[in-house]
Amino acid sequence: MPALTFKSSKLLRAQDSFTSFAFVLPALVIFSIFYVYPFFDIFNLSLHEWNGISFKRTFVGFDNFSELGVDKIWWKSVWNAMYITIMALTLQNALAFALALACDREIRMKNFYRVVFFLPPVLSEIVVGLIWRWILNAEMQAGEHIGLLNHWLVQSGLPHLVHEWLSDPETALTCIAVVHCWKGFGWGFIMLLAGLQTIDRQLYEAAKVDGANTLSTFWHVTLPMMVPVILVVVILTVLGSMQAFVLILSMVGQGLVYHTEVPVTRILASMQGVNRFGYACAQGVCFAGILICISIFFKMISDRAKQV
Amino acid sequence: MEKDNYRTRNFLKYSFIHIVLASVAMTCLFPLFWMLRSSLMTQSTIYTDKNLIPSEIIFENFATAWVQGNFGIYFMNSVIYTVSVVVLIVIIASLAAFAFSRLEFPGKNIIFYMFVLALMIPLPGSFVPLVVLMNKIGLADTRIGYILCMTNVGLSMSILMLKTFFDKMPSDLEDAARIDGCGKLGIWWNVALPLARPAIAVIVIFNSLNVWNEYILAQLLLSNKSLMPLQRGLMVFQGSNINNDPVLMAGLTIAVIPIILIYLAMQKHIIKGLASGAVVG
Repeated sequence: MPALTFKSSKLLRAQDSFTSFAFVLPALVIFSIFYVYPFFDIFNLSLHEWNGISFKRTFVGFDNFSELGVDKIWWKSVWNAMYITIMALTLQNALAFALALACDREIRMKNFYRVVFFLPPVLSEIVVGLIWRWILNAEMQAGEHIGLLNHWLVQSGLPHLVHEWLSDPETALTCIAVVHCWKGFGWGFIMLLAGLQTIDRQLYEAAKVDGANTLSTFWHVTLPMMVPVILVVVILTVLGSMQAFVLILSMVGQGLVYHTEVPVTRILASMQGVNRFGYACAQGVCFAGILICISIFFKMISDRAKQV
Repeated sequence: MEKDNYRTRNFLKYSFIHIVLASVAMTCLFPLFWMLRSSLMTQSTIYTDKNLIPSEIIFENFATAWVQGNFGIYFMNSVIYTVSVVVLIVIIASLAAFAFSRLEFPGKNIIFYMFVLALMIPLPGSFVPLVVLMNKIGLADTRIGYILCMTNVGLSMSILMLKTFFDKMPSDLEDAARIDGCGKLGIWWNVALPLARPAIAVIVIFNSLNVWNEYILAQLLLSNKSLMPLQRGLMVFQGSNINNDPVLMAGLTIAVIPIILIYLAMQKHIIKGLASGAVVG
C-alpha cells in the first residue's frame, strides 16, 4: 500500500522536525522572555510616562524624546562617555599597540608579560574601581594623606600636585578614564599581538632585503597588514567604552553632580532616582541609536579600508 | 669591532624593551599588591604606615569580612550563581548549536539569525524593561530569576561559538553512532559534546568570569542581602556607614582570589580564545 507508507513517512518527517525543534526550544524560550520581550518593551515604554509601580501608564507619544533633546545633563553625559572613549582610543590603544610590537619578537619572559597584562581585564569593574578609589583617596587622617598617590606626591617633594582626585570635577572624569584604560589595555594588547603574529615573517625579510629600515617596514608592511585587526579593536573599544559605567559607580558613586555621569548612569538615575521608567527607556533608545550610528560609521570606514 | 658594536646596540635595545615592559607589568600588579597589603593591617595602622611591607601583619580582617561583613554569604552566592549559570549555558547552548548545525526543522535559519542579530545590536537600557518584567512575573529578588537573566546574557555568544565549532566537525563519527542505533539526543551526548570539549572550555571560562564579575543586574534584581553575589556585596559594604577600609580590602581580596586562580590555571585557553576571535573577527 504505497499511499499509506507515503502518509506515515510524512508523519515521521513532521515528528522528526518537531524533535529537532525541541533542541532549540530551551534556548528560544529563555531568549524570547529575557531578550526579545524587553527589546520590544523598551520602545513601548519609551512612549509612556510611568513611575514603575502604579497601574496607570500615560501614553505621551514622543514627549520623552523631545524632552531628552533639550536635556542638557543628558547631552553632557553623552559627551563624558565620548571623552572616556577618546582617551581609550588614543591612550589605551597606543599603549596596547606599542607593547604588542615590543612583544612580537623572540623575547624572554614574553609569556609572563602576556599573563600580567591581561590580569586587569579579568578583574571586575567593581574591584578595580574600589582599589583605585582607595589609592586615589584624598582624605586626611591626623595630618597624613590616606591615599597612596597623595602620600607619594608629598614624599617625592611634589606637595603642590596633591589633589582631591575624585571629588574635583576637573580631574574626576580624567581619573576614571585613565583607570578605564588601565583595565582595558591588556585586552587590546592580546588582540593586536595575535594579529601581529599572523603576519608572514617572509614579508619582513623581503623588506630588509629591499633596504627598508625599521620605521618604513612598520609603515609599509606591518600597518597595512594590521588594518583589519586594528579596526576590530577600535570598534570594540568604542562600543565598550561608551557603555562603561560600573567603574564610575564604584569609583565615585552617583554623588558627583553630573561631572562624571555617562548615559547609562543617567538611565539608572531616571529609573531608580526619580522613578521615570518611560524617560529611562527613551534615554536607552536614544543612546542605542547613537551607538548604532557609530557602528555604521566605522563599518563604512572599514569597507573603504578594505577596498584600498 | 663592528660585531661588538652591534651586540652592544642589541643589548641596549633589549634592555630598553624589558624596562618598558617590566614597568607596565609593575603598574598592573601593584594595585593588587596594595589591596592585599592593606587588608593585612589594623584600622589605625592603615592610615599611618605607608611602608610596602607593614610593620604589623594581622589576618583578622578576613575573618571579620567573612562573618560580620557577610562576605561568606556573598561568596557562596557567587559560587551558586556562577556554577548554575555556566551549567545551564553549556547544556542549553550546545543543544541549540547542535540543532542549528546538524538537524533540520522549519524556521531554523530565521531563529539562528535572531541570536546573531542580538549580538550585533547594542541596547544599553534594556535592563529597564527587564526589571519591569521580572517584577511582573515575580522573579525579582529570587535566585532563579537572576540565574535565568544571566543565562540569557551569555547564551547568544555561546551558541554562535559552538555552532561554528560543530560546523567544522567531521560527521563520520555521528554517522557511525547513528548506524549503531543512537538517536539525536544520544549523538549530542555521546559524540558532539565530548568532541566539542575545547570550545566548551572557552565558553565555561568566559561565562564564569562574566557571571562572577557581573554587577548591574545583581544591583537591580537582588535587594535581599542573603541573595547577593560578591560584587553587589562589595558595593553594599562600601556604601554602608561602617568605614572600615582594611575589612573592605579583605573583601576585595576574597572576591579577587578565585578569579586569579582560575585565570592562572586557564590563561592559555583564555588568551587563545580571545586571540582566535581577534584574527577571525
